[in-house]
Amino acid sequence: MSRGRIARIVLWLAGIGACLAVIAQARFVADLSSFLPEAPTERQRLLVDQLKSGALSRMVLMGIEGATPEARAGLSRSVAGALRADPAFAGVANGSTAGLERERDLLLANRYALSPAVDPHRFSVAGLRESVGETIALLASPLGLAMGALVPRDPTGEMGVLLDRLAPSGGPLVRDGVWVSADGRRALLVTRTRTGAADIDGQARAMSTAQSAFAAAASRMGGEATGARLVMTGPGVFSVRARTMIESEVTKLSAAATAVVVVVLLWAYRSFVVLGLGLLPVLSGAIAGIAAVALGHGVVHGITLGFGTTLIGEAVDYSIYFFVQSRRGAAARDARGLDAFWPTIRLGLATSIAGFSAMLLSSLPGLSQFGLYSITGLVVAALVTRHVLPALAPTSLQVRDLSGIGRRLLAAMEAARPLRFAVLAAAAASIAVLATRTVPLWDRDLASLNPIGEADRALDAELRAGLAAPDARYLIAAFSPTQDGALAAAEAVGRHLDPLVREGTIAGYDSPAGLLPSLATQSARRASLPDEATLRARLAEALAGLPLRPGKLEPFIADVQAARLAAPLGRDAFRGTTLDLALDGMLYRDEAGQWTALVGLRGLGGVVERAPIDAALARAAVPGAMLIDVKAEADSLYAGYFEQAVRLGSLGAAVVCLLLALALRSVRRTARIVMPLAAALLVVVAFHALAGNRLTVPHLVGLTLVVAIGSNYALFVDGMAERPAEDNATTLASLALANFTTVASFGLLGTSSIPIVDAIGSTVAAGALLALVFCAAFAGRAKPAGVPA
Amino acid sequence: MISGHRPRRAESRLARLAAAIVAACLPALAWGAWDVGALMSLLAKNPPGNATYNEIKHLALLDAPVESSGELRFVPPRYLERRTTAPGREVLIADGDSLVLERGGRRMTLSMRDQPEIAVLVESIRATLAGDRGTLETLHALSVAGGIEGWTLTLLPRVPAAARLVTRIDVSGKQARIHRIEIQMVGGDRSLMLIRKAGP
Repeated sequence: MSRGRIARIVLWLAGIGACLAVIAQARFVADLSSFLPEAPTERQRLLVDQLKSGALSRMVLMGIEGATPEARAGLSRSVAGALRADPAFAGVANGSTAGLERERDLLLANRYALSPAVDPHRFSVAGLRESVGETIALLASPLGLAMGALVPRDPTGEMGVLLDRLAPSGGPLVRDGVWVSADGRRALLVTRTRTGAADIDGQARAMSTAQSAFAAAASRMGGEATGARLVMTGPGVFSVRARTMIESEVTKLSAAATAVVVVVLLWAYRSFVVLGLGLLPVLSGAIAGIAAVALGHGVVHGITLGFGTTLIGEAVDYSIYFFVQSRRGAAARDARGLDAFWPTIRLGLATSIAGFSAMLLSSLPGLSQFGLYSITGLVVAALVTRHVLPALAPTSLQVRDLSGIGRRLLAAMEAARPLRFAVLAAAAASIAVLATRTVPLWDRDLASLNPIGEADRALDAELRAGLAAPDARYLIAAFSPTQDGALAAAEAVGRHLDPLVREGTIAGYDSPAGLLPSLATQSARRASLPDEATLRARLAEALAGLPLRPGKLEPFIADVQAARLAAPLGRDAFRGTTLDLALDGMLYRDEAGQWTALVGLRGLGGVVERAPIDAALARAAVPGAMLIDVKAEADSLYAGYFEQAVRLGSLGAAVVCLLLALALRSVRRTARIVMPLAAALLVVVAFHALAGNRLTVPHLVGLTLVVAIGSNYALFVDGMAERPAEDNATTLASLALANFTTVASFGLLGTSSIPIVDAIGSTVAAGALLALVFCAAFAGRAKPAGVPA
Repeated sequence: MISGHRPRRAESRLARLAAAIVAACLPALAWGAWDVGALMSLLAKNPPGNATYNEIKHLALLDAPVESSGELRFVPPRYLERRTTAPGREVLIADGDSLVLERGGRRMTLSMRDQPEIAVLVESIRATLAGDRGTLETLHALSVAGGIEGWTLTLLPRVPAAARLVTRIDVSGKQARIHRIEIQMVGGDRSLMLIRKAGP
């Protein structure tokens, strides 16, 4: 072995080793947050934070179905009890008020700091008379029974005011003590996990905890629970499910695609040595690609790995050309193995890089990863083919002659020549289809990237509707350097929302200040509480004529005096209660140390009109406070990506054309390459339109890939005009082989249930096939050899 | 004619005797059967119905009784609606386990399981109206006094959940109609509900 060969092999092995070391340290993720926007604006940053770890992302909705209503209620209670005791869950509600004693005690102890009704009027003679009179009226009702014991402590009914605020009317239906769906066929629970939806491991643990709590409860119940099952939805549940799906599909589809390629290569070459050598560039490229992503992005996404198969489709060509070449002259093989094809491969590589750059530059991290992976992988695969394969290949390497197949294909290609009119007709028909379509071609909805199936989304909507769970589409965010400042800002906003609630413009709002008033508000409320002597005197006057004697209200007087002297209610008081997490979601500090208070708006029938809210916000004049329409914001964010993908994709295509024109130095030849490609793209898009698929960012990515892969075919087919017929037969055979592996591997991706994967897979499989056929149809007639490419 | 008369008179005497015996026996039969079971099966036959009520509550906390009045509606076996019209408007619906309360423009849905106190009271009344002896006996020991034309059913709590709240409940009525419900609470509170126009 020559020194040069050994040096190359050592260099290659060292490179692979370094990449593997990087990969060993890399973090692999499979959640969809990589396909969540990196938010450019303040609103969008808030939105993304909320989606990743906000209060809503922690919500897991559960339904218990099957068995009898009594069994479902019993299971709901058991599961709720078990989850309340579990550290993975910060809050569990199933409609039962049992187990909320701590929360009740906390509210009762701090009612004078918390109740928005507490003001100087409330404790005047007239105010006391009013509120105590209402309490006495309530005592006459059966509900008075529950509060009767509380009257001596709370004759003004502050607890009632608080509960009204915190548990607005219109909650879910209650049957057998627990929440049920409107049709009564499901028992419902709302839980909040401790970890956000982005922490998929935490979410997965919480889900399995819930399932085992359910299984344990069902087995304790015995036969009665037969047929009962627990269903769950929520952002975290979706993340877990998406990850499971991505992981299982990535493994399955990659394995299947690899198997197909192996079988095809074995069939073509009938040699394990050739197969092994043929896969080396692909494997090296994949390893280098993953390492590059790990270095560049810090994390590697599962979907990126899934597209490892895309490399097979393109990089396997290189080794195929190498083998084709190696047949032609064993003597000159070393170091010059690809010489004849190298300029074509180099140009194909350049056009592919131009195509993938469109993705590399995307600000959607998932796509950018994919671009980086593909570019690195292709470059490394090409270099390994050119420099390492010749060094590794045994001198006695026998590669099967494929020219027999090639000649048959060549004949077919000659016969296909009249098809160029059919291709033009198909392109024209596609333009007609696209021009006359009735539904929009593009889908700019973020949900189109959601890997969660229709059934799961329907279940989520059902549970949400049954629970009257907030969809939290509208949020008002207020900011401050301090927690108390954020609370004060939320209060200022709330003061201007109150009139809208009274007028019925909105149903209500949830403010962190409702649970934790600002210090100023707390001290104003404390200042409204009269001292003991004054309170006694006012009570005596207020109760004159009422059937309640002041003597019965000593506990009230004591509580009011205690409240006057109490230290302000702080955030810590909520630790260990279900209110703690509610506050966490509404009041938090970001990495920069800024505090955010989020006020959730409850619309009437789910609808919030923006204009009155904006007007109220303007009146409140809280600096920086803003209304966020979560859905609109998410959609506009995605639309931004969409525009960017279109822009970058078009730019990529333009660069590809430019590269071709520069390399070929012939407008005619460039047109002959570009035309079949454009026709292939048109037909694929028209096919999607006819199938009723609306195009998303992944479709655009797929189209870019078609340009990248198809331009390779076009270049080789174009080059055929310059080469001897014997070469052309082998070239065509290897093109067909490469095309078959591409179509098969992407076609497999097209069967995925993950929309992102399916969209790219189906687009590329169809596009690559059409591109080759169309290129063949447009090929120029073979010329005598000797004209340089 | 005479010959024709005799047998007829004898027949009528016999008939009268038979009637007298039957008449004499009837009260005895009625008295013999007039127990909790008989009252319950009588009440169980009640169709859905509306009534008006007046309630006076004597609360230990208050110096004067509080009064309320309104309408009741009962659909056997588990739907009871109490619609208060004075002094304020309020609706309480007990349907199965759920309790719906509307008051001051607000509507609240509660579960009786979570409101054991209200549940004891609602269940005592509702099961009485429905003649549901099984449910009543899970809470109380039952005894009945008087006759079908004027009876009093006394419920004495026999489980802690009920005994914590009520000392006794007396329900009186005539035939299948309930006229009066008196509830004595632990701690001295008591309420008296008078029901008019019971039945459909």
